[in-house]
Formats: sequence, structure tokens, C-alpha cells
Amino acid sequence: MTGTAAAPHSAAMDASGGSPLVAPSVLQLIGNTPLVELLHVRDGVPPDVRLFAKLEGFNPGGSVKDRPARKMIEVGLANGKLVTGKTIIDSTSGNTGIALAMIGAALGFPVELVMPGNVSTERKRIVAAFGASAIFSDPLEGSDGAIRLCRTILAETPERYFKPDQYFNEANPLAHFETTGPEIWEQTEGRITHFVAGIGTGGTVMGTGRYLKQRNPAVQIVAAEPEDAFHGLEGLKHMASSIVPGIYHEDELDLKIGIATDDAYDMVYRLAREEGLLVGQSCGAAHVAALEIARRATGPATIVEIFPDFGDRYLSTNLWQGWMDGR
Amino acid sequence: MVQVRIPTPLRKFTGGADAVSATGNSVAAVVDQLDQQYPGLKDRICDDSGQVRRFVNIFVNGEDIRFLQQLGTPVKAGDELSIVPAIAGGA
Repeated sequence: MTGTAAAPHSAAMDASGGSPLVAPSVLQLIGNTPLVELLHVRDGVPPDVRLFAKLEGFNPGGSVKDRPARKMIEVGLANGKLVTGKTIIDSTSGNTGIALAMIGAALGFPVELVMPGNVSTERKRIVAAFGASAIFSDPLEGSDGAIRLCRTILAETPERYFKPDQYFNEANPLAHFETTGPEIWEQTEGRITHFVAGIGTGGTVMGTGRYLKQRNPAVQIVAAEPEDAFHGLEGLKHMASSIVPGIYHEDELDLKIGIATDDAYDMVYRLAREEGLLVGQSCGAAHVAALEIARRATGPATIVEIFPDFGDRYLSTNLWQGWMDGR
Repeated sequence: MVQVRIPTPLRKFTGGADAVSATGNSVAAVVDQLDQQYPGLKDRICDDSGQVRRFVNIFVNGEDIRFLQQLGTPVKAGDELSIVPAIAGGA
């Protein structure tokens, strides 16, 4: 076994060979997600301002997080930090955990995930279904509590683990620079004028934004974030009150828009009923931000927003249950 | 006295305390009393109509008040009330 040892199921990472119509493993199904035009939830935006959502729920793990998870694992394998016998560990609020659990299963690596105890039941069950083990941190401490607990576990037996470290690993934005950005450029035939994405680790908006700016510096990079530290937008971070991810560089953004949780939730309900798109909270936030950009447009515009996942993994959460009943 | 556990994002109201004491014989009364001690706290927990915000969960001794009597859920001295955002953050 060398320093660049292959994964236990190393063929799964190899994209070469075989029929072009058959993927050699689930990992090769990551990316190339569709773009859909939003024609109904437009709130009076002029017709020459077009709104497109990139549906990341079409990734095999069900979210945009498949992209950075695969890239971080690929880089770990290539630089010898992830070798047979190691366990993949990271702190995650859910989607990254699902992606790591899926990829770990496909490659034959055990996976341990540190997540706040209040992540949705669906997420807990999905990671368990992939065979990953979950360690729950105090729900009152949020995702920062999971980050801290993961650091503690890692410090005890660092030799046991490979930590992708999504908040500080440049392979996270690189995944989007190499895949999400080029896909959007191609899908819009270079017409994109604005890119809108929520910020959690910042990987999506940083990496995609860098690629799009490289192709056309005039493309506006817009981030949506919760307007307050106390919010209900799963997957998103209020940067001013959080441990700021090392991969996040606010100076690369053209604009950051604060979104109220209630507005994002209401948008999720509308997207389901008026567009036929059942999506997660962060998609609602992205579309609220995109409509704000669309209303400011002074001429033709092509706005692309990231919809990180579909909504079926939130059906047990407050987005759909409990307080909403009877309203 | 009821012990109230405060989540990280609301600790700016409580001077950084992760748990505080309050009085009241219902969750609503405790929330009102908390707001007197820590002005602005109720506005984060409840919306303009006085209902608990959709993304906020309140637990009394580990039981979600959505499935009890909501804000009318009775509390007594020695009970523990936890305010927990229904999310975890980090895309």
C-alpha cells in the first residue's frame, strides 16, 4: 500500500471505460443537474428578466453537497490522507453527511458524522441507511456546536480519521469551480447575468462565482443568508454570528441579501403549488433573493439560482409540520 | 422558578447565559417574563400575532409544546423549558 493508496472499492472512483450510457458507479452520476425556468412565481418581474433554478436535488445523494463531498474525497485519496483503514468524519447539518455517507458506502470507507441533534428525522435515517454512524451534538449549540464536538473527537484519536473539513477545504469551492460553474455557463449559453446561491459553508457561491467571473467579469454574484442569527433556514449560516468558514471570502461577492425565515418558508409553499417544485428551505431563500434582484434589473437579465435539494427530506420538520397546521 | 435553556443565537439577549430562570404558570407567561428580563427576546420567539414562530421549537421537560397545549402549556417550579431553533445550518 502506497501513500496514494486506492480506496477499498477503487473502481468506483474510476470514470474511465464502459458504455457511455452506463455509469461505472454512483459517483459518476454526480453533477450535470438540470436547469429549469421558473415561469409562475415571478411577482410581476418583466418577461425579459428570466429566472432559472438549478435543481441540485437530482444528484444521487439528493443535494448539491454530493459535488464537494466527492471532490474532497478524491483529493484526500490523491494526496494520501485518506487510505484504507481510515474512517471519514465531519461535522454536518445533514446534506454533506448524506453525501459523505453515500460516497463512503460506494468506496468502502466507514463514515462517522457529527450533527446537531435537531437535524431532520429524514436526514438521520438516510445516513443510517447508508451505514454511517451519527454522533449528535447539543441542538442548542447549532452547527457550530457540531464543528466543535467534531474537533474534540478528532483531537482524541487523529490517526483514526480523515476529515474532509468542508468549512476549510478548498476542494469544496473547487468542486463548484470545476462542475457547477461550467454547467451553468453551458446551460445558459453564456447568457447568465446574475448567480444567486445561499451561503452555508460558502463553497457553492465561492467556487461557482469564481468560474462565472472568469468567463464574464460582469456576472453578478449574489449570496442569500438568513437575516438574523436565530433563523429556520436549514443549511444556511448567518455569517456575522457564526464561525466563519475559511473558504468563505465575502469580498468576492457583489451582493449579500438577508432573508427572513417566514418569507423563505412562504416561498417554498408557493414553489410547490405554483411551479410544481417541492424543494427545501434554502431554495425558498434563494428565490426570494432572486426575485429581489429581478425587480432591480433595468434591462434583460438571466438569473440562475441554486436550489440545493428537494423538499421531501423536510416533511417532518417545522417547515411543514406543527405550527403551519391550521394556518 | 422555571429553568430556561437559551440557544446560542439568542444568548446576546441574556448576556451570554445559556440558561436563565423565569417565573410563570404557563409557557406564555414564562416567555412574557423572559421578555421583561431580557427585552427583545419575545419578538424573536413569537411573531406579530403572538404565535410561536414556525421555525422555533419549545420543549417543556423534553416534550414539544406543539403536541401539548402550545403556549398555554402549564409549567411549574422546577420544570425545564428549552428554546430550540428547528434547524442546524451549514450548506
